[in-house]
Amino acid sequence: MPKRGDLRKIMVIGSGPIVIGQAAEFDYAGTQACRALKEEGMEVVLVNSNPATIMTDTHIADRVYVEPLLPEYLEEIIAKERPDGLLATLGGQVGLNLAVKLAERGTLERYNVELLGTPLEAIKKAEDRELFKKAMQEINQPIPESDIVETVEGARVFARKVGYPLIVRPAYTLGGTGGGIVNSEEELDDVVERGLTHSMISQVLIERSVAGWKEVEYEVIRDAADNCIVVCNMENIDPVGVHTGDSIVVAPSQTLTDHEYQMLRSASLKIIRKLGVEGGCNVQYALDTKSTDYIVIEVNPRVSRSSALASKATGYPIAKVATKIAIGYRLDEIQNAVTGKTKACFEPALDYVVIKFPRWPFDKFIGADRELGTQMKATGEVMAIDRTFESALLKAVRSLEIKAHRLQLPAIAALTDELVYARLSRTDDERLFVVAEALRRGVDPAEISRITTIDPFFIDKIRRIVAMEQRVVNEPMTPQLMRAAKRCGLADRTIAELTLTPEAEIRSRRKRWNIIPCYKMVDTCAAEFAAITPYYYSTYAQEDEVQITDRRKVLVLGSGPIRIGQGIEFDYCSVHSVWALREMGVESIIINNNPETVSTDFDTSDRLYFEPLTIEDVMNVIEKEMPEGVIVQFGGQTAINLAAPLSRAGVKIMGTSLESIDTAEDREKFDAFLENLYIPRPKGASVTDAGAAIAAANRIGYPVVVRPSYVLGGRAMEIVYNEGDLRYYLTHAVQASPDRPVLVDRYMQGTEVEVDAVSDGNDVLIPGIMEHIERAGVHSGDSIAVYPPITLSDEIKNTIVDYTVRMARALSVKGIINVQYVVSDGKLYVIEVNPRSSRTVPFLSKVTKVPMINLATRAAMGQSLASLGYTTGLLDPVGYTAVKAPVFSFAKITQVDIALGPEMKSTGEVIGIDYHFERALYKAITASGIQIPDDGAILFTIADKDKQEAMATARGYSELGYRIVATEGTAKFFASAGIKVESVQKVSEGSPHILDLIRSGIIRMVVSTLTTGKLPEADGFKIRRSTVEHAIPCLTSLDTAKAVLDVLTVTRRRRLIYSMALQDFAGTAPHGRETK
Amino acid sequence: MSDFVAGKLVLADGTTFDGLLLNGLEGSGEVVFNTGMTGYQEVLTDPSYAGQIVTMTYPLIGNYGVNPKFDQARKSFVRGFIAAQLCENPSNWCEEGNIIHYLEQREIPCLSEIDTRAVTRKIRSYGAMEGRIVRAERNIAQVVAEIATHIIGTDLVAEVTTPEIYRIPFAGKAPHVIVMDFGIKRNILRSLSLYGCDLTVVPASTDAKTILALNPDGIFLSNGPGDPKVVTYAIETIKQLLGKKPMFGICLGHQLLALALGGDTYKLKFGHRGVNHPVKDFSRDRVYITSQNHGYVIDEKTVPLMDVTVTHRAVNDGTIEGMRHNQLPIFSVQYHPEAAPGPDDNVYLFEQFTALMKGGC
Ligand SMILES: Nc1ncnc2c1ncn2[C@@H]1O[C@H](COP(=O)(O)OP(=O)(O)O)[C@@H](O)[C@H]1O
Ligand SMILES: Nc1ncnc2c1ncn2[C@@H]1O[C@H](COP(=O)(O)OP(=O)(O)O)[C@@H](O)[C@H]1O
Ligand SMILES: [Mg+2]
Ligand SMILES: [Mg+2]
Repeated sequence: MPKRGDLRKIMVIGSGPIVIGQAAEFDYAGTQACRALKEEGMEVVLVNSNPATIMTDTHIADRVYVEPLLPEYLEEIIAKERPDGLLATLGGQVGLNLAVKLAERGTLERYNVELLGTPLEAIKKAEDRELFKKAMQEINQPIPESDIVETVEGARVFARKVGYPLIVRPAYTLGGTGGGIVNSEEELDDVVERGLTHSMISQVLIERSVAGWKEVEYEVIRDAADNCIVVCNMENIDPVGVHTGDSIVVAPSQTLTDHEYQMLRSASLKIIRKLGVEGGCNVQYALDTKSTDYIVIEVNPRVSRSSALASKATGYPIAKVATKIAIGYRLDEIQNAVTGKTKACFEPALDYVVIKFPRWPFDKFIGADRELGTQMKATGEVMAIDRTFESALLKAVRSLEIKAHRLQLPAIAALTDELVYARLSRTDDERLFVVAEALRRGVDPAEISRITTIDPFFIDKIRRIVAMEQRVVNEPMTPQLMRAAKRCGLADRTIAELTLTPEAEIRSRRKRWNIIPCYKMVDTCAAEFAAITPYYYSTYAQEDEVQITDRRKVLVLGSGPIRIGQGIEFDYCSVHSVWALREMGVESIIINNNPETVSTDFDTSDRLYFEPLTIEDVMNVIEKEMPEGVIVQFGGQTAINLAAPLSRAGVKIMGTSLESIDTAEDREKFDAFLENLYIPRPKGASVTDAGAAIAAANRIGYPVVVRPSYVLGGRAMEIVYNEGDLRYYLTHAVQASPDRPVLVDRYMQGTEVEVDAVSDGNDVLIPGIMEHIERAGVHSGDSIAVYPPITLSDEIKNTIVDYTVRMARALSVKGIINVQYVVSDGKLYVIEVNPRSSRTVPFLSKVTKVPMINLATRAAMGQSLASLGYTTGLLDPVGYTAVKAPVFSFAKITQVDIALGPEMKSTGEVIGIDYHFERALYKAITASGIQIPDDGAILFTIADKDKQEAMATARGYSELGYRIVATEGTAKFFASAGIKVESVQKVSEGSPHILDLIRSGIIRMVVSTLTTGKLPEADGFKIRRSTVEHAIPCLTSLDTAKAVLDVLTVTRRRRLIYSMALQDFAGTAPHGRETK
Repeated sequence: MSDFVAGKLVLADGTTFDGLLLNGLEGSGEVVFNTGMTGYQEVLTDPSYAGQIVTMTYPLIGNYGVNPKFDQARKSFVRGFIAAQLCENPSNWCEEGNIIHYLEQREIPCLSEIDTRAVTRKIRSYGAMEGRIVRAERNIAQVVAEIATHIIGTDLVAEVTTPEIYRIPFAGKAPHVIVMDFGIKRNILRSLSLYGCDLTVVPASTDAKTILALNPDGIFLSNGPGDPKVVTYAIETIKQLLGKKPMFGICLGHQLLALALGGDTYKLKFGHRGVNHPVKDFSRDRVYITSQNHGYVIDEKTVPLMDVTVTHRAVNDGTIEGMRHNQLPIFSVQYHPEAAPGPDDNVYLFEQFTALMKGGC
């Protein structure tokens, strides 16, 4: 059946903010979907609360609603737009759950909106464990003994029947929130309890554990005519027990016989047919290692993280095809966009190996529980392609940007043999590095495989890598050995390290021997048909397939894996830069290694190289393509860090010069730079030992902000209020040393302000200023930002413009620049300058309607802002307010304090836009997942330094009719001020204590500020954590608490649900204006 | 113990690809490629590859080892094997040896550590061609000359068919099927018995009289190697059997049937070899993923001469993948419904055959 004629307007639901378990893959999928629909001449209505996405660009969808992903809002939008159909299977679990809700509350029926693609029954059959169980039994597909329980007691009963180990998994959650494998009744009790709170329908599935079996995934597609194909299968190197999102995955499967491969393939087709999925679907299996027994772990009746991976691994555009199926096409009617000749109804054949390696946030969350299990913890992932497993794996390791260029970490290399051996039995993020180290120490591979339950095949591959390292160490370097080492994937840097030779020399020798990589195409068909997509990977082999053009071309560096502090927004920037280049008729080449992103979609750039972002891998591409230059401004810190080595290698950096970048990033140079411009920054010093630090602190005056100079992203950064705390920090957190100085800055209490500007070196355009709700001290990425500013005086604004313009000119910025300021006692100070695009660029571009990256790219390419119709200065604020709120993933990362501070902790963001500030704020807050209670009790537990300030807020809440509950100290203080307050017992004082009240649901919200210093402050920590486990809001900054109070006060009077498309917000036409 | 020496693949046009030659053992044949990512052992032992050097496009070969139960024939008939990387230490619970020893024991010439994608691209654009895998030091011009003069045995079927008649009885009442063995894969026999057929397998050269004397309920024409037109005797036999009994042909059997019906066949530029080929079944209006291995196809223009209806077509190039006779109980497909290697989407065809013999459809 061809495309349906009755569909004209279609609503697409995005997946909302980036959280662990749901990252950029859905921007990629959603964007592809919107494109596919427009291709068919349909009008697309998009809803997504996440501004840092390509899909929310007004040219991707005809009507873009950046509104909270909540049924009320969707209903409102549906009522307004009256779409014919709803496409919900590309917005991850969020989109799927919303669709279910909309159907259940009758919205779809009321406005007769048809749910396109996979029908509701199919979704329910796959998602509801009971129905799923039944369906599988009907087609006798094996699933583990299991039971659905709604109480802890119910779980116990089942456990007594089946015995341990068991696995507990909540229904309707993503990333396995609240799940886990349990070996005893105690474990059972609290995992089940956690699961019940997190499950949308407060049900958990409890089943026999098959941990240790092979975990295998199949990506399947089915059309309405019942044609089915398998796009790709993947094998987890970490066996069942580690969440697929946290597993190192290889595609295609490596250790399955044809018989096993086909057995699970056939099962997948049976399942997708039984469920009646129309579109993409992901089936996960556990396969016994000693027989052909298997069980079906789960089915995701939608496009998923794995399907994004499968798409990039095979070149097959799953989201696009699923979309076309949803609007009526059959698989054999859809073109294979890659070959341009064959049809989408075939099964891709790979002639290379693909490895996915997760990126975990433990570098930020020191002290977090690193153990990997059934609950996903990774924030992002990298993918690598090559024609040997060894090389693909090593490319993946290089792509992670964890300072490892091979399977070796200094900390692990330093362990004794005993400790290395012991570490083997720990399943954490460093396991593969431990395996490699164990092999270096001569542990028997079979033994390693037995302990880790990792298949001997994979252990042997790592053994081969280690063996190659040893050859490089022991044998004289010959062309033969060099070639062998490169085919095995050893980086020049690794060979250099192993042979105690400078990397540059290894490289030049290698090139002298003419051992250079060639590039091969990802074409879905193992070269059986000629392909037209310029999607390449490097390998050391005989034939290179790339045809170099003689067009003017520029290389754009991507931003690698998504991690805390460097998220999807940088991919947004890379993509827009590529588009700008194409607009200018310049050939755009992109290098990136993140399979989740739009930038690695095969038709985003003119050429895509799927490679690690290291100097060697990038230079290889450059020497192949010979681009005019490289743009490093948009790939976050990843790309910026490559600027120096690249220009040292004689590569032209487009836009802002390396010197300027260095000036902004080097502490000493930056201080001098500001001196010259008479621009103030907080008093500070760089010290190399504890004594000097304390002296400096006394000179500067407490409180001070301390951090090691050698890491960015606010890592190990703290606000210290007195000498005792400073000593503690210097002994427990970071040691200062001559080669690793510590920065001590005066802590400026005040309003934090952030600005992004585009400059051509002469004119400096400032689209807007963002003011933070939380005072400086809360990382800019974690604070609520408001555009346009609400409290800043004109004088301050003018000063901001003046400083920003002067700094941009002095640095002769060609492109984009980001500045963070703090306003303290009416005076403006510079906190930092980033000579690159920032987290706030997508947000600001969207609300001000200024195509910032497009302009910045043109500026970097030498065009003047004037020629583009812009001049120096701050643009008039648009007529509405936009609020950006951070989103956290604390539920996934246990043992981390959720209190906000100068270290960034959020994984994503949302915005609220409205003509009324309070409503915009309300939208942002609700969109961020905070469920503000309408009534009930609010617990206050406040640090002494904040008690005075907290009072007004507490009173406010009390006046709105909330019950105020507080810990003893706080309670006394409030009572003395005449606030009606109930005091509760500390945990130490025994039940019924605070935690009991939280558990029992009496307390609906918590306001808790951090007592100064890191002196173990058990209760506060426990309280904050328990709010996470029980999914109630916890505000750790008084500013946030106050903002929420204001919202509540106002929203009690005003209509809450009101939504509008970006296209409809009437803003002032963006154009520059000279500020005097 | 196996040792690898420097070697290369030389194609008829003089193109060469470097690699490592297993035990220096050389071989020559028509160079073809297979895009399956699993099933290397089934490919090696599929008699249809007789006379050919098979290039596996998937670079890691031998990962899960080998096991006699995967063999598709009494021996391997390939003239050579080309793989990017052979796995020394395979891993799978049913692994009973590694691919390298497997190739050695059977003295199958093998070139590894070679850019198989380059080879594939070459064949894709210039068509399947004669080639040799030889030691590195061999003089190219000379090898090319040898290729020019060398002729692969023409009647490959004679080489691979069963030397004598044998039975695969079915426990209980079942239609008696005569299987004409042109180089049959074990899994076809397995599938036929599985779907309730009592089998008598006869050599390709068996004449019609002998076959009818065995009073079959149906006749099965198997797959096999090479150009159907050289197997004249089989074509003759099939002619005489037409209409006498229900008939089902696969691959070469399908081509021989066409020739017997007065149709014609021609050689594809580079055949269909892999496990991911979409085929449309018009009777069911559905597309199935099929396992294929053929270099020849039925000539479109000769369909009218055969009084048949085309029932299946390849989705990618539209070539004929299946047909059914308009009067007689005869049908055939160009691909391999028995899988091994490959998907089992198409076993329904065996049901059709048994139904046909029961006088059904
Ligand atoms: N019965 C089981 N025994 C052991 N581990 C399991 C079992 N079922 C699932 N797992 C592990 O838990 C992980 C998450 O389970 P899954 O059902 O995929 O949840 P999610 O919806 O988060 O993907 C799986 O990837 C697998 O490794
Ligand atoms: N001197 C200071 N006074 C007050 N707050 C500060 C000061 N320096 C940094 N901060 C806070 O710490 C956060 C992170 O510091 P920043 O220099 O921006 O590091 P990053 O490189 O992680 O962005 C800022 O957003 C700000 O809230
Ligand atoms: Mg899963
Ligand atoms: Mg900052």
